[in-house]
Parts: sequence; C-alpha cells; structure tokens
Amino acid sequence: MAKKVAFMQGNEAAAHGALYAGCTFFAGYPITPSTEVAEVMSAELPKIGGKFIQMEDEIGAMAALIGGALTGAKALTSTSGPGLSLKQENIGYACITEVPCVIVNVMRGGPSTGMPTGPSQSDIMCAKWGTHGDHPAICLVPASVQELFEETVRAFNLAEKYRTPVMIMPDEIVAHMRERIVFPEPGELEVIDRAKPTVTPDKYKPYDTSFGDVPPLAAFGSGYKFHVTGLNKMADGFPTTKAEYVQAEEERQVRKVEANAADIMKWEEYLIDDAEVVVVAFGSTSRSARFAVDEARKAGIKAGLFRLITFWPFPEQRLLEISKKVKGFISPEMNLGMCAGVIKGCIEGNAPVLGIFRVDGEPINPGQILDKIKEVK
Amino acid sequence: MSFDYDKWIRPGKLPHIWCPGCGHGIVMKGLIRALDTLQLKKEETAIVSGIGCASRLPGYMDCCTLHTAHGRAAAFATGVKMAKPEMNVILCGGDGDGTAIGGNHFIHACRRNIDMTYIIMNNMIYGMTGGQFSPCTPTGDKASTTPYGNPDPGFDIAKLAIGAGASFVARGTAFHANQIDKLIVEAIQHKGFSVVEILDDCPTTYGRRNKYKSVIEMMNRLKDVAVPVKAAEKMDPEQLKGKILTGVLHKQDKPEYCEQYAKVIERAKGTAR
Repeated sequence: MAKKVAFMQGNEAAAHGALYAGCTFFAGYPITPSTEVAEVMSAELPKIGGKFIQMEDEIGAMAALIGGALTGAKALTSTSGPGLSLKQENIGYACITEVPCVIVNVMRGGPSTGMPTGPSQSDIMCAKWGTHGDHPAICLVPASVQELFEETVRAFNLAEKYRTPVMIMPDEIVAHMRERIVFPEPGELEVIDRAKPTVTPDKYKPYDTSFGDVPPLAAFGSGYKFHVTGLNKMADGFPTTKAEYVQAEEERQVRKVEANAADIMKWEEYLIDDAEVVVVAFGSTSRSARFAVDEARKAGIKAGLFRLITFWPFPEQRLLEISKKVKGFISPEMNLGMCAGVIKGCIEGNAPVLGIFRVDGEPINPGQILDKIKEVK
Repeated sequence: MSFDYDKWIRPGKLPHIWCPGCGHGIVMKGLIRALDTLQLKKEETAIVSGIGCASRLPGYMDCCTLHTAHGRAAAFATGVKMAKPEMNVILCGGDGDGTAIGGNHFIHACRRNIDMTYIIMNNMIYGMTGGQFSPCTPTGDKASTTPYGNPDPGFDIAKLAIGAGASFVARGTAFHANQIDKLIVEAIQHKGFSVVEILDDCPTTYGRRNKYKSVIEMMNRLKDVAVPVKAAEKMDPEQLKGKILTGVLHKQDKPEYCEQYAKVIERAKGTAR
C-alpha cells in the first residue's frame, strides 16, 4: 500500500511527529509563530485519549509539562523566543530532576517581541546557556518539513533515552513553510520509551547511579513513591549540600549527554571531501547554502556544505578535522554571529570564518552566500 | 493510644528544618491525620509544593512528592492531575509562594476548578529568605524590606480564591490544631479546587520584628482573631471588626476540569451523544 503523503506546514509536521513518537500530553501557551503546533495537538490528542492543556502562561506551561511527564507521559510544549525565556527556570528544573520532555521552539525575530512574524536563528545560545548552572543541552535544528517530523520523533527518543529535556528549534521559515511530506509507517522509525525500574518499590531510588548515568524513572501513580526536588540531590532524590554529592551529580547530568554525543549528534556533509570553502549552516539557511554551493561548483569553486542537524552537542571534532584542509568557512545565519563564534571556538584558528549575519527579518538568499564564497581566497 | 504519625513520615527524614515555634509542623500533623482518616494510598497521592519553609513539607511525607520552583506548585500539580486524574493531588506552600510569584497559577487553578486541595500556610511573611514582606503581611507591620512599616495592603486569600472560582474554601489556624484535619478531609473529599488557608505563625522572622515576645503570644493572637463562621452569624459588625472568619467559608458544586476534559475526549472520539 502506498504511504500516506501530505502537503503540510512545518509546525503541523512537528505535532504529527510528536504523536508518532507516542506523545500523550501537551501543555503550552500561545505564541507566534509556534501556535500551529498547539492547535494540531489540541485537535489530535483527545482523539487518542491524550491530554491538551493551554496554561495561563509560559512558566505554567513548562511546569505542567514536567508534572505530566512525571506521570509517565511523553510530554510536549511549543513556544518561541520570549516564551522560551520564561520557560528557562523550569527547563533547568527538568534538567536537574532529569524529567524527559520536548520543547519545540520556533525561532523568530527577537529578543522580546522583536519581529514576531519574521524568521531568526537567534535562540541557539538560549538552548545551551538559557537556564542557570551547568546542565545537559540537546538541540535539534531541522531544515525541512519532513525532517521536522522525523527529528521531533528523535527528540522524544533522546529525551526518553537520556532523561532530559530536548529542544527542537526550527526557524520560522521551516516552521511555516509547506512541503510534501511522506509519513513513515508505524514501526518504520525507532520509538524509544524511558527505562522503567526493575526493582521493587521499596528498593527504588530515582537517581540510583548503579544503573548507569541514566537511572530508570518510575511514574507517579505506578506503585512507586519517590521524591523529586529542584535542590541538588542524592540517589534517593533527597536534598544534599554535601560537596562530593553535588559535584558528582552535576558532572553526571552533563556527562550523560556529552559522553554520548556521538549517538546524539547528526549532520550532513555535501561535497565536503575536496572542498576548499565550507559553508556551515542549519535550518532554512542551509537550503540557500546548498543552492549556493551548487552554483559555486558550476563556477569552478570547490565549495561544500556542512549542515548541522543537531546544534547541541556541536560537532566540534569534525569541524576541527575539516578546518585543517580548507581555506575558509562561511557561516550564514539569521543572527549576528552566534554559530560563527562556536565554529571559531573549535577550529583552533586553522581557517578564517566569514559571516553573513541578517537580523532584518529577511531570509539569507543563495546569491549572498555565493558572493561570500567568492571572497575566500 | 496516641495517633501514630510515623507511618506517614518517610523514614530517616526527620528532624525537619522548621524553627522552634513554627506552626508548619502543626499543619503537617493535621494533613497526616486527614490522609489517615481518608485512608488514601500513598502511591496514588502526590504532594506538590513550591519553594519556602512550608514547601519543604512534602519531603517528609511518605507519598509521591514534588518540590518544585518558587510559586509554580499549582502549575506542576495541574500537569500531574491532568495527565493522571486518578491521583490524589495535594498542594502545599506559603502565602508568598502561593499569592505573589504563584498568584497567576493560583487564580487559574481556581478558575479551572481542577480537583486538588491547596493548603496555604499563611504566616504573613517570607520566612526562608529572611523575613521580607509578603502579599499577606498586614499593612504597617515590619519586615526586613519594610523597616518603616509595610505600605502595601494585603490579600484576603479566601476571597481571592472564591472570586477566582475555587469551589471549596476553608480557613483555620495553627492554634486550632484539632480543626485542621477536619477542614483538609472535607477539602480532599470535595470534587473541585479546594483551598484551605491555615493562619500560621513565624516567630523567627515575623514575630521578633513585630514585638511578639514569644510563640505563645503569636499563638494567642491567632486564637483571638479567629471567629468560627457559625458564631459570626450572631455577631454584629462592630464585634467582628479585626476578626477573621474560620471554618468552611465557601462550598459550591460546579464542573470539575478533568471531568470536563473527559467530555472533550468523548467528543473528539465521536462517542458523545
């Protein structure tokens, strides 16, 4: 039988990806340009007995998300720039309490209300540094409607596998564009559920590292009693200020993601092998970049594209390797140089990084990127 | 034989962090008696709090417990209840946590009339952070951030809850310890959002700044201001001046949120008649 095909918007695809992954709980607060995610979830979740709640604000939405996730549900919220700021304390709470959940953050012009219907790629630092303290960060940056569906499924898988919030950050163009999408059949994409405890309730500790860096998580109401707190905690979940416990716990929370970066990271290399100029791009910008690379090749310039699919963890090692063989990098991005700064941070000065930085609400077009490629000597 | 509180307290988690003379322990004992009266299952009971002295209560209770971020208890609890309506959800926290930083979540939980019980321990001060004034600190009183007297008018938590749509609102005091469990039992049994305000005392950061020489003086103040609603019916306005009504102040049958959402599910599935 032919697969189901649709012509669909990115935000709608994200919602359907969440449903494919087994999401049964959504808590959110409306903010442009992410609202279609909530709208689809409000229509689809009750059909499968799932729950949708529109909370009183962004902070409450993130809080309710964590509450829902603690009952065992796969939980989703959607937001955009200023909403992400309001969610940040509770994102940090989900990090330290190790509660899996997924946040779709559609990047728009910002900060504050900025240019609410214009695209941007300016929340990528918020994904890593927005909440307080050291914490794991997983951030996915898809570039098409199909990929937004598939990466949302993967976002849930990573959240469940590593017991941590995962952000998926399409820019406004990817979120609002309409494209052909081919829906995977059930079972075609991997769907991962969180590890449940195998010990009896009296033996259960929610942060028991004898099970590894990602201990099993019981659900409220499943017969297990346990304590969850935003304070630094010991294996049993109870607060501690003892230096050795706090240090070890903080390091474990970060390590469970960083030590598994190879499993989490995803990128696409296009014409990189012999490239002398490499464009590093993500989201809608990477689509212009690919067109520009093809045009450059036609003009006899050895250009290539390194397309980020995860932004965090960032593929530092691979870019360092590439940097030893190229004349320069181009970083086209809809902000004032956030990705360029990260690239510079990992390539040890091996090559120049030229930026194309737009924050005027207009997309970066292939012509701009081609012009910049030609500047690399 | 005296009541055995230990069966509801997590082994090894006492002593608690509360100061000598604090009323929070009295409230916790009232909650334990209420849970025991209702024979709730510990594994199906979630106790959720925000931040502050009162919000440390869940950590001592042998249930599913969730100590969250400042002011956000009602929102976290809404997620738990919404996702798993069969859980008994009890919120607890202080006046600052519930009505200042958590004010928005509080009024909207009241509005939704979601089935949970919120025990607000109102000691009229921010205790844990060192005695800054709260939305319930009486006008003119001293706090660490109102050294010349508090210029702010205070909230009446019960009126706020009723106005926002809570379907059960009660008030007790830490002095009237024997009443607390009865109010909480009735609140938990009520289907809808129930608020139980317990007027409480903070001798450490409120009492000493406001010339209460002892815990006994603070407790006597609670005794003196409290008037049961039934008794108040026979009193004239002059006699009620400066008094605070206690008991069940408001009880109303109205649609509960999770039940309303169950109807949404029925409609979405096309099974509604």
